[in-house]
Amino acid sequence: MTAPAVAQQSLSLRLVASSRRFIRWLTRPQVVLSLIMLFLMFYMIIIPLYRMVMTTITWQPRDVISVPEAEVGGLTLYHYVRMLTGALGKIYLQTPLVHSLTIATGATLLSLFIGGSLAWLVVRTDMPGRRLVNQLALVPYIMPSWTLAQAWLVFFKNRLSGGTPGVFEYLVGTSPPNWLSYGPVPIILCSALHYYTFFFLFVSAALMSIDSNLEEAGELAGASRGRILRKITFPLVLPAILSGVIMTFSKVLGTFGGPNILGTPVRYYVVATMIRGSIGVGDKADAFVLAIVLILFSMTIINLNQRLVGTRKSYETIGGRGFVAQVSKLGKLKKVVLAGVIVFQILVIVVPLGLLVWSSLMLQDGNYSLSNLSLQHWIGPRGTIYNHGEPGVLLNPKIWKTAWNSIRLALWTALFTALIGILLGYAIVKGRGTRLSKLIEQLAFIPYVIPGIAFGAVYIAMFIKPLGPIPALYGTFALLVVVSVGKHIPYSSRSGVSAMMQVGRELEEAAQISGAGVLRRFRAIIFPLTSAGFVSGFLLTFITTMRELSLIILLVTPETQVLASQTMFYIENGDGQMANIVILILITLVAIGNLIISRFRGGSLKKGLGM
Amino acid sequence: MDTSITINNLTKRFGSVVAVNDFSLTIEPGAFLTLLGPSGCGKTTLLRCIAGLEDPDGGEIYIGDKLVFSHARGISLAPGQRNLGLVFQNYALWPHMTVYKNMTFALEVQRLSKEEMDARVKESLAEVQMEGYEDRYPREMSGGQQQRIALARMLAYRPKVFLMDEPLSNLDARLRMDMRGELKHLHHVAKATTVYVTHDQVEALTMSSAIAVMKEGVLQQLGSPDEIYRSPANLFVADFIGNPKVNLLEGMARGNSVDFGEFQIDMDTAGATEEVVVAVRPEDVSISSEPIPGSVEFTAYSVLPSGADSTIIAQLGELEITVRVMGISTISMDDRIWLVFDPQTLNLYDRESGERLVPKS
Repeated sequence: MTAPAVAQQSLSLRLVASSRRFIRWLTRPQVVLSLIMLFLMFYMIIIPLYRMVMTTITWQPRDVISVPEAEVGGLTLYHYVRMLTGALGKIYLQTPLVHSLTIATGATLLSLFIGGSLAWLVVRTDMPGRRLVNQLALVPYIMPSWTLAQAWLVFFKNRLSGGTPGVFEYLVGTSPPNWLSYGPVPIILCSALHYYTFFFLFVSAALMSIDSNLEEAGELAGASRGRILRKITFPLVLPAILSGVIMTFSKVLGTFGGPNILGTPVRYYVVATMIRGSIGVGDKADAFVLAIVLILFSMTIINLNQRLVGTRKSYETIGGRGFVAQVSKLGKLKKVVLAGVIVFQILVIVVPLGLLVWSSLMLQDGNYSLSNLSLQHWIGPRGTIYNHGEPGVLLNPKIWKTAWNSIRLALWTALFTALIGILLGYAIVKGRGTRLSKLIEQLAFIPYVIPGIAFGAVYIAMFIKPLGPIPALYGTFALLVVVSVGKHIPYSSRSGVSAMMQVGRELEEAAQISGAGVLRRFRAIIFPLTSAGFVSGFLLTFITTMRELSLIILLVTPETQVLASQTMFYIENGDGQMANIVILILITLVAIGNLIISRFRGGSLKKGLGM
Repeated sequence: MDTSITINNLTKRFGSVVAVNDFSLTIEPGAFLTLLGPSGCGKTTLLRCIAGLEDPDGGEIYIGDKLVFSHARGISLAPGQRNLGLVFQNYALWPHMTVYKNMTFALEVQRLSKEEMDARVKESLAEVQMEGYEDRYPREMSGGQQQRIALARMLAYRPKVFLMDEPLSNLDARLRMDMRGELKHLHHVAKATTVYVTHDQVEALTMSSAIAVMKEGVLQQLGSPDEIYRSPANLFVADFIGNPKVNLLEGMARGNSVDFGEFQIDMDTAGATEEVVVAVRPEDVSISSEPIPGSVEFTAYSVLPSGADSTIIAQLGELEITVRVMGISTISMDDRIWLVFDPQTLNLYDRESGERLVPKS
């Protein structure tokens, strides 16, 4: 056929041609996947957010009690005015927000200091035992974030909570002051000692990937060690630090466990605890206003941070091969530093766990005599005066069911998340440069900036009523899976993208040329080659879901109780020792899961974080 | 095998960048056609369009008499339905499969019997002299061996068309020389129509039966290696082909001679009166150590012997001319030398358009 003949095609032929082209575009695997993911994210992120906002700007049925002229369903700013201004605004929002920001800022700075220094010591000095420290530094990550808070309470509590003495009082003889027992100081400390892991991971990865030629060039130019560290090394790890800041800040802002344990006794409320409170008394719209404020603050601060560092400075420091990093000699300080690190690890890992075990073995809380030691809370019979008559944790069918719920939740969430991660990675990487790919990448990032408790709140708004073909999921186990998968989408897309980047596009194209269809390509090429990424995503999600509290605390029911929320209910019920045992069980399960999962196909936590 | 490839008015855009621009080309059955050009000229994109890995924005492609792509009709066959093989620049061997699995992947898709697959693998490995490597994994082999396996993988399913995307560029210089010979022999035996992409003009000249030179997505010249080398269609092709580079002398056409200021060369100027450029291949200039009729006096600015031949850079005022002579030259630096130009070997170009005026095409 010649060109003029083509030009003379009739309109109908042209229509056929363009519809064929459209169908071809639509049936490309990356487009199909993109559209499915788009739908999924619309359903899991956009609609819930929309419903949440709508709830806050319309009259709710219960508003009629306080405002008789309210028209249910009509638009109103009532909830905003109520929560943001006046005396109520001060109690409900302003003061808690100041507290939240104080804690988030304090914890972020402190964990930056701890994680950054530890990373530098491990990667860039000749400190002995660096390998061990490198592994131990990750341990706090597998413990629930409020483990330390609970251990803190065992040690430092005064008579204000529970009326029994803590270990401190037993040893020193006087009761510790309130500021040491409760409130911002312990909350910041406990959060930082948990979240420093992010900084440690990010900064050590960045330090390892810096070409030491860059530093040597500085040295040749006659710059001092300190100057090189300040002017060359620091700017190069700045993007890594920024990632840590964003992650930690938004996590602490949305964290519920620590502030609930250590803040509530002295009425030191944060936005997260206020949201829970408002949901508890049925003021959904009020709780959503708080959640929206929390989201806005989290987004603003993340935005500011990114502005501050700027995209121009996010250099590519990874050259594809490992560099032999230049090592700083610690000299005489070596022993001092090592001792310091050992003491630190003991304080962060051994002491808290020891305290939890000890407290769980005390028949009566706060009685430190040897005769008080007992296994009552572990394997005691039902119907005693202890723990409201519940049997010991290990004999308690409720706990077994709860543990099974936790495992089930973590496994399902990890499975879906890892799968979605690989598919998202494929859609994003294969579609690089198209608007669809960009849109999906941006949508996938949204849950990242929504603090955990607010994300949970969003899902109440979404699933309390049926939506189209989807039934009302509130109170079901499925909802817990959905919310956990939704919250993990940013992480899974990150690790999925980095896993897909490792697979050159030629590998799939070679299979395409061989005549393999899309399913075969996924089965024989894509999935096997991204299996390490899949396992890593699975591992990360499994661990975080097992010990996640803030996200699901608003959504669990007695039927769907998991270990993490069970500890909080025990604590609030005054059964702190039972709570401690449950925490110990939880940590054991996470550790076992970690051991088993990381055996497969080179999966690792670091890869799960997209590094 | 008698598979021709016909490309009509093919256009491929990436956003606002036109990678392939209204490109037409017919590749004869059994030809070894090389797409040659600098990086970013669209040669790989064109190859990927033929393979079906890119969806062009216009035009049509026939493989044999089968229409595999037509924008106007909305047709685009999947790569697997086009009956072609592709060797990638980085080989694209599947790292999680053994050599055997790599080679039988396509055969499994075609549902061949186990015996037949074994026979094909054996045969293809023999063709690339890699017998006995069936159970190796790609990472257990050197780059050169992986290259051979990539070739064998393509041979095993016997496509009618071979596509190769800079297959030798990841090999070291020595190995590249060896593989050129092997590839050419392989093509000679298989007689499959081959489209070969490279930016290395020596590779193009040594291996191809035809070369298509590309620049910014547009075909500059299609011809045999000899035509491309002897009579480049425009200044771009002249400048791109040849090592050492061709001498491009700017001058004014006056009647039957071209004036370069310092000297003139009598030659056919096809009546051109404009500013022109004369292209002189370094080996087409002869050097005399004493004045002879028609020669021009230069100074030897630099002498670069390299065994089989020597390169001499001759200088006259602002003008520098590279000359290549066989063997080790007896000329020393700063010697007075006399250059003789053979008008038969010279190509004359319009300076403005870059198009060749003499000899006429």
